[in-house]
Amino acid sequence: MKLKYFAWVRERIGKSEETIEPPPTVRTVEDLMAWLAKRGETYAHAFETPKVIRAAIDHTHVRSDAAIAGAREIAFFPPMTGG
Amino acid sequence: MTANVTIRIQEADFDIAREISALTGGRTDIGAVVSFSGICRGSEGSETIAALTLEHYPGMAEAEIARHAETAMSRWPLTGVSVIHRVGRIVPGENIVLVLTASEHRQAAFQAAEFLMDYLKANAPFWKREESAGGTNWVEARHHDDDAAARWTKS
Repeated sequence: MKLKYFAWVRERIGKSEETIEPPPTVRTVEDLMAWLAKRGETYAHAFETPKVIRAAIDHTHVRSDAAIAGAREIAFFPPMTGG
Repeated sequence: MTANVTIRIQEADFDIAREISALTGGRTDIGAVVSFSGICRGSEGSETIAALTLEHYPGMAEAEIARHAETAMSRWPLTGVSVIHRVGRIVPGENIVLVLTASEHRQAAFQAAEFLMDYLKANAPFWKREESAGGTNWVEARHHDDDAAARWTKS
């Protein structure tokens, strides 16, 4: 699946997107954040406060307990500040 | 007649008069157009802002705005909705966002414009980075923006 990062999540990780295959034990958005946080210092920094990070699956906002099975694109970003 | 819906995300500025004409042109069923423009301020509290840089999530931003426009049209008898959101670097005094709502009567247009702005602020995937003398910082979301969006779900 493709991952996309925006705003300070993108800056902390140091890339705007990547393709990953998490193990089957990673079932939810929350699991995915915890799994990503273990991928290195930059990821640990980006996901140090998972509660504030918002997620979208295939362009739709989801909660952190949403299942990731079948997702093509998952995005992580801070609370939105447009308008 | 069907409702006219325009959603654009662009770096360039927009011309409000031209956008209103595009929404109302050739129609005689519109009695009210409400226009909201969000403009870049030159200060935030005591801090002077040199510029804002807006980032968005291409694809989702358009989809999210379209979903809100659909919701607005299902709640109010609108004849048209236009939402234009700029991205990139914007300096104080420049436009950031335009919301136009058209209807036969003013009440629907006023309410729908406010609803759309409240929802865009809380849910559309855009992020502002602020440039000031102290460097650049991501703007923090305000809780009252979430509260403003939430009040539309109560009524």
